[in-house]
Amino acid sequence: MLNRIYDWIDDRIDITPIWRDIADHEVPEHVNPAYHFSAFVYCFGGLTFFITVIQVLSGMFLTMYYVPDIVNAWNSVYYLQNDVAAGMIVRGMHHWGASLVVVMMFLHTLRVFFTGAYKSPRELNWVVGVLLFMVMLGLAFTGYLLPWDMKALFATNVGLDIAESVPFIGEWIKTLLAGDAEIVGAQTLTRFFAIHVFFLPAALFVLMGIHFILIRRQGISGPL
Amino acid sequence: MKRGKGLKFVGDSRIQSYEKPKLNRDYSEFPGRTEEFYPDFLLKEWLTGAVFLVGFLCLIVADPAPLERMADATDTGYIPLPDWYFLFLYQILKYSYASGPFNVVGAIIIPGLAMGALLLMPWLDTSKHRNWKKRPVAASLMIVSVAIIFYATWESVAYHDWEQQAEQGKIVFSNLDSDDPVFNELIRTNCTSCHGGELTGASGPDLVTPDLDEGTVKAFVENGTETMPAFKDTLTEDEIDEISQFIANLELTDKKNADNTGEK
Repeated sequence: MLNRIYDWIDDRIDITPIWRDIADHEVPEHVNPAYHFSAFVYCFGGLTFFITVIQVLSGMFLTMYYVPDIVNAWNSVYYLQNDVAAGMIVRGMHHWGASLVVVMMFLHTLRVFFTGAYKSPRELNWVVGVLLFMVMLGLAFTGYLLPWDMKALFATNVGLDIAESVPFIGEWIKTLLAGDAEIVGAQTLTRFFAIHVFFLPAALFVLMGIHFILIRRQGISGPL
Repeated sequence: MKRGKGLKFVGDSRIQSYEKPKLNRDYSEFPGRTEEFYPDFLLKEWLTGAVFLVGFLCLIVADPAPLERMADATDTGYIPLPDWYFLFLYQILKYSYASGPFNVVGAIIIPGLAMGALLLMPWLDTSKHRNWKKRPVAASLMIVSVAIIFYATWESVAYHDWEQQAEQGKIVFSNLDSDDPVFNELIRTNCTSCHGGELTGASGPDLVTPDLDEGTVKAFVENGTETMPAFKDTLTEDEIDEISQFIANLELTDKKNADNTGEK
């Protein structure tokens, strides 16, 4: 039955190349920890992706309760943390996931660097990966403000001061992020919310798509 | 290069066919024990993922996500701290040649150079070798950078006052009314920089939780202590009375009856 459904779809849209890229390919020996335990270093990229999926899902559930305005933001997070069933778990996943994704991405970057996997012909995928790293740090920075507690506000002030110290365009960047040249308040919170929930995830998904397509086109680099 | 030509399937992947010997060869040229991704390898990955998820959930239950009290921009005594993975950048900003007049060095030039170098790595490290031991310059620069990140993070953590950090952000529900003129005009200018924005303690002690009477508070405000200045000469008698009364009245409440959440 499943095969007939597969064939029916395949006759119409030639699904086999897609299926081969997603699932039906060989995993080489040198990246398989079942054969060489040290190959666990090749898992960091996959773990980064896994935690990113956790971040996306837990973040979607958080927005069911979160209210991005300065009167209610803190109260909605407090309510979610203390009164909503499993709210503490969902928020905990998003909070700790943010730390873990940075750790895993860091380890993945080091693995790619020390195995020289970014060398020809894979230079472009390295660049895409570094851009992903920057987008992730942007997500971490913008997400920190959203609970609207003391450390959120004051850490964001520091971050905005750093943005302002960029030569020539610093004030422009700060105004773009904070919504005002001086005040860090209601506008800042809604802008950070929009950046955290719409702009950066959109960039993240596009870059991740390119990252994975390039891996399939080029294959995993061979053993050292 | 001929567009679309010269590409062929090598194992699972389409890469340019090339002349040997070339250093960065595809794994399919190394016959070994390959394994099908679906379903064999995927099942193993899935099991590893399940084990990882259990550990992750244990961490979440053991250490719930922190939440400090509601943001209050007027509380200038609060010492900010970024999330831990930005601590090394924050630490670099404290070094004398990366702060003050040299702020642009620590805030923009160093992180900018590091990110730029990372982004352009394939063109900076032009060695044909992949093994890191055969490209000593690139590898040692990377090791030094990682060491600096670890050291600066450690330094930032080791020299931070974590007790005060926990104290200054603690959620406390009290009957402190932040719209009261005594609080706005007298206490905010004289007391909160040491006793915390909601008087729940920072470098100075907590004034809400202990049951203080007006006379005691008045004596402290007038005469000070070893670490606290005396206000006898800077404030009038009436002002000291108002402050003492306000502080003696403070007590903890539950969330519903609190005056300090900004809900009322």
